Amino acid sequence: MSHPGGAKTSRDSILSKIRASLGATQNDPARLAAAEKRLIAKPRAAPPQRVAAAGTDLVARFKEELQRQLATVVETAGAPEIPAVIAEYLRANNQPLRLRHGNDPYLSSLDFAETPGFKTFQGRAAPDDTTGLSAAFAGIAETGTMALTSGADNPVTLGFLPDTHIIVVPQSRIVATFEDAFARLRQERGHTPMPRTLNLISGPSRTADIGGRIVIGAHGPRRLLAIITGDH
Amino acid sequence: MQPTAHDFKSNARAALADKQLQDALSGLPGGLVAQRAAARARLPEFDGLRDYGRDLRNHTLEHLDVYLERYETALIKAGGHVHWAANGEEACAAILRICQEAGAKLVTKGKSMVSEEIGLNARLEGAGLEVVETDLGEYILQIRHETPSHIIAPAIHLTQGQVEADFRREHAHLPANRRLVDPAELVDEARQILREKFTGADVGITGANFLIAETGSSIIVTNEGNGDLTQSLAKVHVVITSIDKVVPTLDDASALLRLLARSATGQEITSYTTFSTGPRHDGDPDGPEAYHVVLLDNGRTELLGSEFREVLRCIRCGACMNHCPVYNAVGGHAYGWVYPGPIGAVLNPGFIGIEEAGNLPNASTFCGRCEAVCPMRIPLPKLMRHWREREFAGGGTPFSTRIALKSWAALARRPWAYHFLARLTSRAMKIASGRNGAFRWLPFAAGWTGGRDFPAPQGSTFQELWAARQKQAAKKRSGR
Ligand code: SF4
Repeated sequence: MSHPGGAKTSRDSILSKIRASLGATQNDPARLAAAEKRLIAKPRAAPPQRVAAAGTDLVARFKEELQRQLATVVETAGAPEIPAVIAEYLRANNQPLRLRHGNDPYLSSLDFAETPGFKTFQGRAAPDDTTGLSAAFAGIAETGTMALTSGADNPVTLGFLPDTHIIVVPQSRIVATFEDAFARLRQERGHTPMPRTLNLISGPSRTADIGGRIVIGAHGPRRLLAIITGDH
Repeated sequence: MQPTAHDFKSNARAALADKQLQDALSGLPGGLVAQRAAARARLPEFDGLRDYGRDLRNHTLEHLDVYLERYETALIKAGGHVHWAANGEEACAAILRICQEAGAKLVTKGKSMVSEEIGLNARLEGAGLEVVETDLGEYILQIRHETPSHIIAPAIHLTQGQVEADFRREHAHLPANRRLVDPAELVDEARQILREKFTGADVGITGANFLIAETGSSIIVTNEGNGDLTQSLAKVHVVITSIDKVVPTLDDASALLRLLARSATGQEITSYTTFSTGPRHDGDPDGPEAYHVVLLDNGRTELLGSEFREVLRCIRCGACMNHCPVYNAVGGHAYGWVYPGPIGAVLNPGFIGIEEAGNLPNASTFCGRCEAVCPMRIPLPKLMRHWREREFAGGGTPFSTRIALKSWAALARRPWAYHFLARLTSRAMKIASGRNGAFRWLPFAAGWTGGRDFPAPQGSTFQELWAARQKQAAKKRSGR
C-alpha cells in the first residue's frame, strides 16, 4: 500500500470496531475455523430444477434462455461451418465483412478465405472496429450465460467497443450452473483461477433509463450472436 | 450530499403536486413489480433461495472481520491495492490521491450509490478533475445537476420529454433540427458522446455489488456495458465500495446473483456480470494497469452492533421501493438523502442521524410489502419501528407530536374527560365540515389532507355507538 500510515490506522480501527460490534475477539480460533471451513468446502445452493432435473438437455436450455435475452443463437457441427455463419449474420445485419479476435488458437484457425473480401484482424479492440469475435470459457445453461476470460487470447475490449459481438461456445463447455462454471475455472486455471476480467455475458447491451422503455445497444454491443459448436 | 430528509413532509407534498413527476412515476415502478413476479414464477426455487441468501449473509456478517481480511489478502496477492476508509472524507481523499498520482484529468464513472453517499464527484471536481457519469441514467442526472431517485433506475422520475430537452440544451454543438423522438435516438446520442469519454479517460471508477473473499474479486452487475468500458479502457480502475459487500466464495456470489436481477428488474440475469481481480496480467493486451479498492465503513460497523444489523444483508436490488405505496406516490427525492424507499428509511438514519432523518421511518404505511418481497428477508417494518422508538426515546420526535401524544395519554387515562372532549370535537367537526361531510384541509393534519380528504365524524363517537349497540343487543336478548 502506498500510504501505510493513515490507511493502517483506519484498517485496524474498522476491524476492531467490527469485532466490538460482534462481541468477538481477534484470532478467536472458532470463528477463524468457521470461515475457513466455508472457504474450503464452498457450499452451494441447490441447483435450479430447470437444469438439475434428470434428462435436462443443457444445450437446449442454454439456447432458449439466451434467446429470451435477445441474442441470436446458431448451432454448428464444428469450426469449418463457422466462417459462413458469421458472414451470413454480418450481411443480414448490414455490417462490413471484417472482425477482430485475440490469439485464441481455435479462433485463429478459422478460415474465412471462402468469403471473398472478408478481413480479420488480431489484438485488442480499436474504436473503429465493427465486430469482435471471442471464444467462451464456458456456457451456463441456467440463464443462457457465457463466461469469458480476459487475456491475449480473448481481449476484454472486443466484447464492448464494437457494435457487434460474436461468441463461439464449444458444446462440450456448456454446464448447468454458475457454480459448475466456477468449479471449472478453479480446475483448469490452477493457482490463478481468476483472469483479470471474467465476463458473464447474457445478451446485448441494453438500457431502460429513458422513460422505462428497453432500448438495445446502450454503450456496448448492439447485437450479440452466439455460435454453439460441436467438435468437428 | 446535503440531506433534506428533515423536510420529508414538504418534499412529499411538493412531489404529489408535481405533474411531470407523477407522469414519470405512473408507469413505473409498477412495470418492475410485474416483471419481478414473472421472474419469480419462472424459478420455483426463488423463495427457498431467499432463505439461503439470508443465512449466508448472516453468516458473513457474523464473521465480517475474518472475511474482510481474507478478501484483502487475496486482493493483494492478485496485485491490487486496498484502502480502508472510516468515513466519506477518508474515502474521497484516497480516491483523489489515486487520481492525482496517476496524473489524471478525465475520470469516467460507472454507477455507484456509495459514491453518492460520500459526495465523490463534488470532491474530485473541486480538485479540478473532469468527472463523467457513464451510466445513461446517471449521465442524464449529471447534466441536470440532480441526484438519483432510485437505486437501480436513477432517472425513473424523469419523462422522455425532459431528457430530450436536456440533450438539446447540453449537446448544443449538434444540429438543432435533429430527430430525438424515439428513446433509441436519445440513447444513441448519449452513446456517441460518451464514447469519446471512455477512450480518453485516465481513471475509471466503478462500484461493486459484491466482493469475494476467496479470490479478491469485485463484481459489478449491469445492462449497459458502461461499467466495463469504464474499467477496461482507463489506465487505473478504482472500486469504491463498502465493507458489507463481501461474500465468502464464488458459489456464495452465485446464490445471490440468482436473486439480484430477478428481484430488481425481473431479468433472469443482467446482460453483464463482471468479475474484476487485480490489474491486467502479464501479456494481457488490455485492461487497467492498476487496481484499487476503497472499502468504506461510514457507520456500518455501528449498525452491525445494533438492533439494525439485519439491514446490512441488503443487496440493493430496489424491490422494496418498487413495491412501496409511499415511494410510488412521492418518488425517491422526497426522502431527502441517498437511499430512498423502505431501505432508505432504515439506512439513512444510521448514516446521517435520526435527528435529520427521523421523518423517514415514519413515512410508511406499515403495509409490509417491502419485507414480503425483500430477497434478503430484511424485516424492514420492524427496523423502521426500532428507529421510531429510538427517535421518541432520544427526543427526536417533533415537539408538537410529543405534546399531542402526551395530552392524548392524559385524556385516555380519564374516561370522563375523553368522552366529553370526543363528543364535543366530533359534533363540532360535523358542523364545520359542511354538506359533503369531509374536510379538504385540517389544522395539524395537513399531511393527511394534502393528498386526500379527511372524512368528518358523522354524529356519534365510537364510544356512543358501542354503547348503543350493546343496549340494542341486550334488548334483543331479553326480547327473545
Ligand atoms: S432492503 Fe431488500 S428489497 Fe430493499 S434494496 Fe435491500 S435487498 Fe432489495
